Amino acid sequence: MVDVSKVQDIVQRHGCRREHIIAILLECQDEFSYLPREVIEEVAAEIDTPLNSVLSVATFFRAFSLKPVGKHQVHVCMGTACNISGGPRLLEALERELKIKRGETTPDLQFSLDTVNCVGCCGLAPVLTIGQDVHGKLKQSQIPRIVKKYRPKEASDAQTVH
Amino acid sequence: MPRLSIEDLKKIREESKATLTLRSGQARAKITVHMGTCGISAGARDVMGALLKEIEKLGLTDVIVTTSGCAGLCSREPMATVELRGEAPVKYVDLKPERILRVLREHVLEGKVVVDFALASGCETTA
Amino acid sequence: MPYRTNVLVCAGTGCVSGNSFGVAQTLENEIRKLGLDQEVQVIRTGCQGFCAEGPIVIVQPDGIFYCGVQQKDAVYIAQEHLLKGRPVRKLLYSPPAEKKPIPALKDIPFFAKQRLVVLRNRGAIDPERIDDYIAVDGYAALVKALTEMTPEQILGEIKKSGLRGRGGGGFPTGIKWETCRKAAVSRAVDPVVVCNADEGDPGAFMDRSIIESDPHSVVEGMIIGARAIGAKEGFVYIRHEYPIARERLKKALDQAREYGLLGENIFGTMMNFDIEIVQGAGAFVCGESTALMASLEGKVGEPRAKYIHTVEYGYKNRPTNLNNVETWANVPLIINRGAEWFTSMGSGDVSENPWGGSSGTKVFSLVGKVKNTGLIEVPMGIPLREIVFDIGGGIPEGRSFKAVQTGGPSGGCLPESALDMPVDFDSLTEAGSMMGSGGMIVMDDQTCMVDVARYFIAFLTEESCGKCVPCREGLRSSLDALNRITQGTGKPDDIGLLREIGEVMQDCCLCALGTSAANPVLSTIQYFKDEYEAHINKGVCPAGVCTALIEYQIDPEKCDGCHACVHGCSTNAIIGNVKQVHFIDKEKCIKCGACVEACKRNGILKVPRSHAA
Repeated sequence: MVDVSKVQDIVQRHGCRREHIIAILLECQDEFSYLPREVIEEVAAEIDTPLNSVLSVATFFRAFSLKPVGKHQVHVCMGTACNISGGPRLLEALERELKIKRGETTPDLQFSLDTVNCVGCCGLAPVLTIGQDVHGKLKQSQIPRIVKKYRPKEASDAQTVH
Repeated sequence: MPRLSIEDLKKIREESKATLTLRSGQARAKITVHMGTCGISAGARDVMGALLKEIEKLGLTDVIVTTSGCAGLCSREPMATVELRGEAPVKYVDLKPERILRVLREHVLEGKVVVDFALASGCETTA
Repeated sequence: MPYRTNVLVCAGTGCVSGNSFGVAQTLENEIRKLGLDQEVQVIRTGCQGFCAEGPIVIVQPDGIFYCGVQQKDAVYIAQEHLLKGRPVRKLLYSPPAEKKPIPALKDIPFFAKQRLVVLRNRGAIDPERIDDYIAVDGYAALVKALTEMTPEQILGEIKKSGLRGRGGGGFPTGIKWETCRKAAVSRAVDPVVVCNADEGDPGAFMDRSIIESDPHSVVEGMIIGARAIGAKEGFVYIRHEYPIARERLKKALDQAREYGLLGENIFGTMMNFDIEIVQGAGAFVCGESTALMASLEGKVGEPRAKYIHTVEYGYKNRPTNLNNVETWANVPLIINRGAEWFTSMGSGDVSENPWGGSSGTKVFSLVGKVKNTGLIEVPMGIPLREIVFDIGGGIPEGRSFKAVQTGGPSGGCLPESALDMPVDFDSLTEAGSMMGSGGMIVMDDQTCMVDVARYFIAFLTEESCGKCVPCREGLRSSLDALNRITQGTGKPDDIGLLREIGEVMQDCCLCALGTSAANPVLSTIQYFKDEYEAHINKGVCPAGVCTALIEYQIDPEKCDGCHACVHGCSTNAIIGNVKQVHFIDKEKCIKCGACVEACKRNGILKVPRSHAA
């Protein structure tokens, strides 16, 4: 069940104005890890904006997801430098390792896999991020080891580049 | 701090300039760890953590540790700059926790530049 | 109980004549005084053989070697080293061999060819301390702009400097400011200043780095701009993918507010101005000015036609002046040091007309297949070759240069023959690329140019907002053609088709994303047509990138049967016993390249698909 009172808090903090809709939705996304229908409806009601306007913003920007996402969000950088340094190979290796395609989430809700346009660490290409951690200068042979660190029953406190 | 007057600004400038350039005070050395996004991604936080822990352990009160933005050479991150009072700053590259400890021990405490991971000394050309 | 530390004092003839006994005595006295006599002992040794530098004192197990030690030094050694564990630097011996000087920064080409203006404080100040920024003359330009200059004088100085928009368009900043001010005055509406930090070009991170290393320079530039234009309100629109930059900027704004540099009556003058941070949410098109402003208003970030300029009717229909991060960061220095200083750097002549050249410097993110990747700042007009080969150090792993891509997805790929071109706004546009925000991606001979074009078009297809037909459909059709070509099913007239679509898009699209979207295709066709033709006519990818056109093979000359590739292969496609030559089962091979990574002897070859030859 979605606790809509949290949505009200978030809206109050930003102010009930349409200009703040992106900021409000970003924070809701952080809070709920995705944007459930109830949240979008609540935001629309709170800032007194038609539901379709809120929904169009929520579907326009890449940062928002209307589907539940995994605990660990894996983003493979597809910036130009990563693209020519083997980024697509990393994505394929992850698809094999996690047994999902780009844009999907594992059935156990542990991992979501997607690409990102550029993390801005081009000096470390190819790069992928898992949650807040950035892994750079990667080879596809390192993928199984990295994923293993984030799998359940393993301590997942990796902070560094491997 | 209340709102600044133009005079206050000048005062802050003179005071901060002295610490920034190691001119005044007790400090004999300043270590700047470069913490841009790429530096952090390459492990600058671990380097910083190890450095702070060691300095606390040794009880060093005259070494300033500070952070700064990207030093520009992403392929050699993490980087740090070590400046001893009266000497040209030295930039270190490809750092790891154990390497920054060696820099602390050999360069800061004993005055010997660690040639193994020192990139260069001096400042960049500003226009 | 053993002593934790032994202090060896040389009692050889040379050292004794230098009073080493006195030194030993003093050490012992001090050790006793400090209560260390149970832990530290002094041992008088025979000659250490280093009489030239005597008296010698060695502290073990630390292995610290002091030379020329006098009695007064002994007191210091006891207090500093033996008690506090800090070796006494000035007494340490450094052998001549170890004095090998490390190079000076100015002798390393990566640094020597750069000229830091916008990045002048990088690595030198703590971005989270406003006092550090003030120490390097920060906010001095603001004082000057507020107390010594009228808004017209500020506008005049910026116009004279020839500063052009660093976000890619290269529009003269002074003219933009002036138009915005005039619109605001004539309509009696409060104008707005906006900083575009929605750096979306893949391979570009200049703006993020400027904010991360020197956020106050952007804030100061915006306040000066607000003074010139007459704005009370400012926004920074920043990508949500840049959490560190956002945090630092937020701190900078808080500190500036606390010092009264933002808010009401700045420096006791009549000026009121404040800045708000607004986050983007991951849409490339929002870097376009009208889309950015729609997004600021909380709407979907779709561009609109620019019959009416945003400097007149922008955010909420108010006159809105939008500049990018790097442009704003240039402003304080121009005010501080004058337009003449700024025009002394760069190319062309901007004295009559800012369109006449490119003054100042430009920050680039130099990435891709180049030895030194990083963030660089160079004077406008520097030859491309110097950037790639002197600053960048050339191509790694002995590969050869193929192209450099500038301007992000809207830019183009420039070949070897363009390397001697000066890097400035107009030269790059003339060569079929553009300055863009400053991404510079170097590509080597292992990069397939058709694949690069396909990559950019795929990127733009996803990022196109879909509002206007030429962009939405043009990109889709271009992508279909490029997919065909890279998969080996390209048709001979696909090159003509791509050109035609590109030209229509250049003429008909609504915003700059669309009109420039064909650049990657058109520039690669212009300079690398042979690669397109090889794909289409021969079914060959010369760089060995397009997986549909290649096969992996093991070179029997090089394979020593080490089995490393077998372990690397996820589909069991490699067959062979240890110490015997292996081979690849083409039915099972998915061409992932894991074996290439695993092989230490470069024994895996990418060859043209056999039935295509």
